[in-house]
Amino acid sequence: MRRAWIVVWKDVLSERRSKESLNALVFFSLLLLFVFQFALGPERAKVETALPGLLWLGFVLAGLLAFGRTFLVERENDCWEGLVLAPGDKSAIYLGKLAGNVLLMAVVEAVLVLLFALFFNLDFTSALPGLVLVLALGTLGLAAVGTLFGAITAQLRARELLFPVLLLPAAVPVLLASVSATQTVLLGEPLADAAAWLKLLAVADLVYLVIGVLTFEFVLEG
Amino acid sequence: MIATGPDAVREQTPPLPASDLVVEATHLRKRFGLTCALEEVSLSLEAGCGLTLLGPNGTGKSTLLRILATLLRPTSGSLRITGLDALKEPAAVRGAIDMVGHGTWIYEDLTAIENLRFWSVMGGHDAARARLRAALESVELDTVAECRARIFSAGMKRRLALARVLLGRARLLLLDEPFTGLDRAGRKWLGEFLMSFKARGGAFVVATHSFDAGLGVADRIAILAGGRLALDRPTTELGHDDLRRLYDDLALGPGVAS
Amino acid sequence: MAVRVLGWLAVLGLMAGLVAAFGYAPREVVQGNVQRIMYLHVPSVLTAYLAFALVFVGSVGYLLTRRAGWDRLALAAAEPGVIFTGITIVSGSIWGKPTWGTWWTWDARLTSTAVLFLVYLGYLLLRGMLDEPDRRARAAAVVGILGAANIPIVHFSVKWWRALHQPATILGPEPSPIAAPIALTLFVNWLAFTLLFLYLLAKRTAIAQLEEHHAE
Repeated sequence: MRRAWIVVWKDVLSERRSKESLNALVFFSLLLLFVFQFALGPERAKVETALPGLLWLGFVLAGLLAFGRTFLVERENDCWEGLVLAPGDKSAIYLGKLAGNVLLMAVVEAVLVLLFALFFNLDFTSALPGLVLVLALGTLGLAAVGTLFGAITAQLRARELLFPVLLLPAAVPVLLASVSATQTVLLGEPLADAAAWLKLLAVADLVYLVIGVLTFEFVLEG
Repeated sequence: MIATGPDAVREQTPPLPASDLVVEATHLRKRFGLTCALEEVSLSLEAGCGLTLLGPNGTGKSTLLRILATLLRPTSGSLRITGLDALKEPAAVRGAIDMVGHGTWIYEDLTAIENLRFWSVMGGHDAARARLRAALESVELDTVAECRARIFSAGMKRRLALARVLLGRARLLLLDEPFTGLDRAGRKWLGEFLMSFKARGGAFVVATHSFDAGLGVADRIAILAGGRLALDRPTTELGHDDLRRLYDDLALGPGVAS
Repeated sequence: MAVRVLGWLAVLGLMAGLVAAFGYAPREVVQGNVQRIMYLHVPSVLTAYLAFALVFVGSVGYLLTRRAGWDRLALAAAEPGVIFTGITIVSGSIWGKPTWGTWWTWDARLTSTAVLFLVYLGYLLLRGMLDEPDRRARAAAVVGILGAANIPIVHFSVKWWRALHQPATILGPEPSPIAAPIALTLFVNWLAFTLLFLYLLAKRTAIAQLEEHHAE
């Protein structure tokens, strides 16, 4: 849809010029790395066993920040009402914002994976295709719910509190599935072993997307 | 000058049919918790007509405007816009409404022309560059077309918002305190813009607490006091001084020296 | 009037259920009397599921019709639902302590129920933060719909996650064929809980209606 695309275009342009979100999120990922290492102690082995969980912990934390800010640019510039009054199907806005969020998370995740590989001297190259698939499916699920809830909490004063409270329980299945599948991939096992998890992720993603598309107009009504 | 705006813009926004009731609001009430912001407000507006809604701050002007814009649902009452039920089918009605409120819907990190492009596509209008440029020329912002909106003054931002209105097909334009921050030339300019909007068959509602500026642009005056519509008359019926006195009485309370 | 009858039926049902749980149902061989808490635990979780199904219905109903009655249904079902979910968790925890020696375990059902609890607690928190009735109803409806749709997804993900670490849980009703007294006791308690829930639902709906009238 043309309108979904223009939303992405606008967000990417805004982000490129202000460089607010991306820089902060990337830096945040770097900090997370240090925090994880300090929390787990100096042994490398501990980090390696916990790696799938740590990766996704990092993604969820970054996601909480990123998705919570989905409509920040609208709020700051007082454009929310403009979107409400825009005629036609509101789900185009949802899809546009979702695409923007997925793009943002993709960059953050790439950076985080790279940093992990660098700092802990891990080799991901053989696992890369599978890893990308799992990351894609998991991120899509997180973003689908995150964008929707981000819109719901956008106008609330207590949004920083309520957004994680709403998102985290809803994200439990995606988290469980993604961590398990990531573990399979990183251990070098064939992707077919994680088939059940991947199917669960795909189904969950579909359900969340459909709900998002169908209900967004009710969220964006003022 | 707006009245003789560039042909490019006028060709693509054909004149709208006149003699229609653009707004038909009946018995609107709006309650926020225990406070009643609006009580029994009814008004109607024909195409080609401009209404100024006067009232001191806090009397519910913005609330009424937002209800007319379908941004807020009234607690009770009915609202028809361009003949359609705005409460049952807000989506169908929104294409005909545009608003220049406290927020001007401008993304500060985007340039003027990029802002116009975004809102044109969102509104489902043609976003051809030439058309966008023509609109910017009409509001005398073509020199800053490629500048980020962050550096614009309040008046410039409002002009950009009006350029957006030009590119749309709105039949109802709602303006909330549009005169604030505008100097004399700016107010004159806005008045001309509104006249031209009316001439094309649109209707507008200006909500303001500025008596003189509001009077200059309207065909009808309404005074909102304490959430109720205390007055709703064509400007031709009452003299300026009478109106002023009425306004002071109704809005500020009896006994206040005018 | 009907609500009062409902209330009395619920009380009767609960008393009958209590009697059945302690007097009629057999004493479990391995776990002892503690196993009787199942007659609280299982009906609670079933009632909670009923509650959240009703939240879903109310949510969809409101979005489709915009009539406040549907939103009242969603709210009135969510509050008891959260309470029953809490009872499920606490009773499950009490059950687990003597059985496994620990207050909490990441057992599949307990975990799923805990997630459910958090989802709908968030739902109620969200409702508490919005004053405008229409916005509140819409926002809550969307969260309610997603929460309900997520229930089976959560269930499977947690179940498989547990299966990775430990074979099936021992915290459940006896595998079939279920002995008749146990099944009957379960049924009576489930019925009583459902009646209690419906009574609470009716009462809460009435209160919500009063609140709206009072505000006018």
